[in-house]
Amino acid sequence: MSPRETFALRDYLGPSLKGRTISDAQRVVSLTDILEHTCLGDRLGELAGRSVLMAVSDQLISGLVMTEIDGVARRMLLCPPDLNADHLQSLMEDADIDAVVTDQPERWTDTDVKLVIPAGPPARAATQVKTERGTEWLMLTSGTSGVPKIVGHTLEALTGAIVADGPARSAAAVWATFYDIRRYGGLQIFLRAIVGGGSMVLSSPHEALADHVARLQARGVTHISGTPSHWRKLLMSGSASSFFPRYVRLSGEIADQAVLDGLSAAFPAASIGHAYASTEAGVGFAVNDGREGFPADIVGVVRDGVEMKVEDGSLRIRSRRTAHAYVGRNAAELADRDGFVDTGDIVELRGDRYHFVGRRGGIINIGGLKVHPEEIEAIVNRQLEVRMSRAKSRRSPITGGIVVVDVILADDADASRSDEIRKAILADCKASLAPHKVPAMIKFVSSLDITAAGKLARHDA
Amino acid sequence: MSVRLKIISAMRQIAEEQKVTLPPLDDALSLHETGFDSLAFAILVARLEDDLGIDPFTISENATFPLTVGDFIEAYENVPA
Repeated sequence: MSPRETFALRDYLGPSLKGRTISDAQRVVSLTDILEHTCLGDRLGELAGRSVLMAVSDQLISGLVMTEIDGVARRMLLCPPDLNADHLQSLMEDADIDAVVTDQPERWTDTDVKLVIPAGPPARAATQVKTERGTEWLMLTSGTSGVPKIVGHTLEALTGAIVADGPARSAAAVWATFYDIRRYGGLQIFLRAIVGGGSMVLSSPHEALADHVARLQARGVTHISGTPSHWRKLLMSGSASSFFPRYVRLSGEIADQAVLDGLSAAFPAASIGHAYASTEAGVGFAVNDGREGFPADIVGVVRDGVEMKVEDGSLRIRSRRTAHAYVGRNAAELADRDGFVDTGDIVELRGDRYHFVGRRGGIINIGGLKVHPEEIEAIVNRQLEVRMSRAKSRRSPITGGIVVVDVILADDADASRSDEIRKAILADCKASLAPHKVPAMIKFVSSLDITAAGKLARHDA
Repeated sequence: MSVRLKIISAMRQIAEEQKVTLPPLDDALSLHETGFDSLAFAILVARLEDDLGIDPFTISENATFPLTVGDFIEAYENVPA
């Protein structure tokens, strides 16, 4: 039996597909002849077999460097741009890092890293490099507190869902995402562009949303993904009317009916899908029927190599797309004895569909009772006048905590009717929620914080 | 509007939202007899904190919760704004 052939990203890049590009707000780089170029000054060979930290601040150069390093280094650790510098040393020790690729080499002159290779814009390469091994991809979890965990993937696991969807769906697609491609959700889209033979339009930090959307349209973006929070922000901006994607994808947070309906109204010609994925559990499934939740009959069966079960209220996934381990000195087990990864996402069966109700760790305490804020937000968000909301617990000397909801009104809602809207929200909450989950206070606000990972900030969760 | 009037008006609004029928509010009425449950009081205290900027029941560690409507109003009136 011969060993399985090892594929790397470079095997999906080549001169046969013309007109492929990767771009950000400043630059457009051709992918068609990218294999003849290097961002590492022809020093890629020095990284063979090493554990490489990718500390490249520039997202476009990061993406190109990933395609160079994959199949050469032993492992590469991707750093999202908002990584807390205080955590870097401990993460490097956990990942056994012995080389750094960076666009800021001056920052590494006084460190004990043996090999620092500067990364810059692509230049003509003198030598071509061959795939030597399967590189381990290390990603960081997007938890908001403490040191992030390192999660180990293979390219095969990362691209499992892309290969399963087949090439037809995304032929000649121009992909874009509001995520950074050094996070799982963004990396999925980058890999879809590379593996599927398409092009990629990156987000740019500090770019105004209207400018970003104009750029997406100008570059001909056909397929685009973001979190429900990203999409609500876009819907609120009024920029959606000049953008015409064919496929709109949501992931990373619960996609409630309100945001799905909002997107189908804003993009009537697009198909709209919400995907379930996490850094640890990989891509679980995508739902394309325009309804929140997912069909109960995909649980308990093996579908496209993914098997799901619900235990103690949370969704658990076993597949070849999950990460294979947490990496580090005190790394916990990633999967249970049977190979299932506990996603920590709590689901509830209603009729023939499961609905996501919240995160196990995101429970707020209301007078001693456990409440998922997302469950309340889903009810509030379904009011036509509401664009977005955040439920939280407010300390109370009397009951220990009460539910407070901050609400952003839709752009066409008349703010002078706020009393009436408040009453309508309360009436719907009373009809749909247990008494202790009904908001005690509703405040109208003009904005809600979004984390660097594109999720609604929950400081008190 | 005086503190007293603000408290009475907030109680009426919450009573309406919580479907509570308030008896006539006089100072001697015990809080128990208002028909407010702990959630309704929690809402009242939170709204008054936003409106008046004070929560007399968490300022002091050993604050006791008032027994009558009069005690309740007094707790707010006695806190320097």
